[in-house]
Amino acid sequence: MTKLIGMTPSRRSLLKGMAAGATALALPGFVQAQSSAPIKLGFQLHRTGIGAAYGRWYERTTQAALKVLSDQGGINGRPVEVVFEDDGTDPKRGAEVVEKLASQAGCDAIFGPLFSHVVIGSAPRAGELKVPYLVCSEGYHVASGKLNRWTLQPGITDVRAQVSSMAPWVTQNLGKKVTMVFPDYAFGHDHRDYFTAAIEAQGGEVIKHIAIPPTETSFTRYMPQIPKETEVLYHVMVGPAVLTFVKELGEFYGTGDRPEIFGFIDSLEAVDIASPGLEFLEGTHFWEGHCRAKQTDASEHETFYRAAVGVDDNGASISDSKDVATYAHMFSTWETLFVLKAGMEAAGYQGIADRQKLVEAIEAMTAMPESQAHPQGAKIFNGKTHQVFGHQNISKVEGGKLMRVHQTTVEESMYESDVDYTTMSF
Amino acid sequence: MTRALALHIAVLAALFAAQYLLPPYHHTNIARIMVLAVFAMGYNIAFGYTGLLSLGHALFFAAGLYTTGLGIELWGLSAAPALALGLIAGGAIAAATGVLALRTGGVSFMIVTLMFAQAGYLTILYFGQYTRGDEGFVITRAARSIGPIDLSADTPRYLTALALFSVALLINLALTKSRLGRAMIGMRENEERSRMLGYNPFRIKLIALVISGLYAGAAGAAYSVLFGYVGASFAAIQYSILPLLYVLLGGAGTTLGPFLGALLMFYLIDISSGYTTAHLFVVGAALLVLVLFAPKGILGWVRDKGAKWLP
Repeated sequence: MTKLIGMTPSRRSLLKGMAAGATALALPGFVQAQSSAPIKLGFQLHRTGIGAAYGRWYERTTQAALKVLSDQGGINGRPVEVVFEDDGTDPKRGAEVVEKLASQAGCDAIFGPLFSHVVIGSAPRAGELKVPYLVCSEGYHVASGKLNRWTLQPGITDVRAQVSSMAPWVTQNLGKKVTMVFPDYAFGHDHRDYFTAAIEAQGGEVIKHIAIPPTETSFTRYMPQIPKETEVLYHVMVGPAVLTFVKELGEFYGTGDRPEIFGFIDSLEAVDIASPGLEFLEGTHFWEGHCRAKQTDASEHETFYRAAVGVDDNGASISDSKDVATYAHMFSTWETLFVLKAGMEAAGYQGIADRQKLVEAIEAMTAMPESQAHPQGAKIFNGKTHQVFGHQNISKVEGGKLMRVHQTTVEESMYESDVDYTTMSF
Repeated sequence: MTRALALHIAVLAALFAAQYLLPPYHHTNIARIMVLAVFAMGYNIAFGYTGLLSLGHALFFAAGLYTTGLGIELWGLSAAPALALGLIAGGAIAAATGVLALRTGGVSFMIVTLMFAQAGYLTILYFGQYTRGDEGFVITRAARSIGPIDLSADTPRYLTALALFSVALLINLALTKSRLGRAMIGMRENEERSRMLGYNPFRIKLIALVISGLYAGAAGAAYSVLFGYVGASFAAIQYSILPLLYVLLGGAGTTLGPFLGALLMFYLIDISSGYTTAHLFVVGAALLVLVLFAPKGILGWVRDKGAKWLP
């Protein structure tokens, strides 16, 4: 066998090399180079699939938040990158995207998904990979305790909080006999269960539940099921058939008498209220997480946020008035990014070895005052349930615009829970 | 040892070795692809070998997925018996579907199986109290183990997926060499001639569909335990179309085609999404090219070009 002379390192040169390596590690300059590397955050984006309308605006909102955050000096003085990856609004692909962002892109944390099935399908993998997973889903699945220590929802309130806090206003101002129309799956069932309980607690009554199968494309046959004695019609629908549902509701009632109508803006996110066929919505009420139309008492933070994202006073893109924003929900991605910043800075975050410290730092958060980081309003985070609580807005359609008529307090949306993620192991 | 058997063993050996060579991201991907390839292999047994163009296989996959998932979460079963029940559920639902759907053929069979799958999907949503409907549910990590083996950990998950894939592949290979396998191909090529030769087409097609359902059920059951999520989206139409695409891409009527198709489809989406937001356009274009220039799929094309021994 031929020996390659000079190719085998001597023991002395090996020791020299090791010493040089150890010295380099100890040099402050090297440490500086390490700590000034960008922080990478993964964004699980609904770019395609049923959530695409939301995804388009979630990406824009996050880009705007990233620019603001970068102008402020990044996180811990380090630049920040956001890696967007499409999950197709599909839970299987969602889990793969979590894997890709964490293992391949080397992201420090992941955030952004809205649709419940994607969150629930992806959370197990985030837990296995031990990567902080901050969702913007408004589902009750986080606070219910069925996910894991690594999954948190600090940027938007959940359905249970939303419907429970608004029920008193509904019974006091619109009526006590309620008929609910909702999609016949888990999201709709959360509305059914928690709103019904909240209405009954106020001395009201849900006289009819009308569950719409998710495969329906026309809803006319459900309209006659609405009892005549209904005082308030509560509706919440999601997906592509939303517009059809609302139009058919208008055709059913025409110009005749109708009950008070209270809906979730989810039914009309990214849809212009002034669309033909929606005229009958004049005078009806909607829940909004964040008011689409700029209100007369808008705070400086809300004004700043609206301008930064590029949304006009009516809630549409400043470059295309027909491109209506998903304004009621998309603030969650902005606020979540700033929660990550606050958490990383509190934890002294250096790298992925500090991921656990980041989760613990977010769990330790409580009050989140209204600010540029929280333009939707003040919030209180519950570290045990990993869920944030905040204001809810009830708006009325007046002159084709959604104008806020009531805002709940943060405390009204809070509820008791036995869930305590902090007792779970990492 | 025949060339075919040697090739299959080499593929399995390469997959075994891959776990030591692959970076973590691809490690998990290959585990997932092997499970989905078992699903596609089952589809190939019905479609590629027997000529049954089904649009209802999501139902069989979901039967395994939900039986195992609900077995663990609702009935408190441990993972091993729950997995066995999932396998059986896939076969049983395929048998029940086949008894009715096989009274039809061709396009009608496709429509009837699609309707069965849609009914299954709506049933899952209807019983949302137990299934959590579209949201689905998570299988707790503690329940995802067999004895001391934690199937949520990377290495055991990979090895379990590989074991399932190996058994499925070798049974598939044996099936193609068996009398039953040849009879299945006979159904695909000329059902009337097979009947004239004394075969009972209904019986053979039902057996093929049940075997296909067992594969799909096993894949669904394994998916729930290995990846910890059970959801209605797996029962939707797209999960009936996906195994068809895997099989068409890899090569219908070839034993390794389903794996190759699942592998290529996964990485086609994964890699193209890194370059363009229009990655679904890339996938569509690739499928068009395939249909135009290699309608028998990649391994079908290889077989036509000289590798006649490829099973």
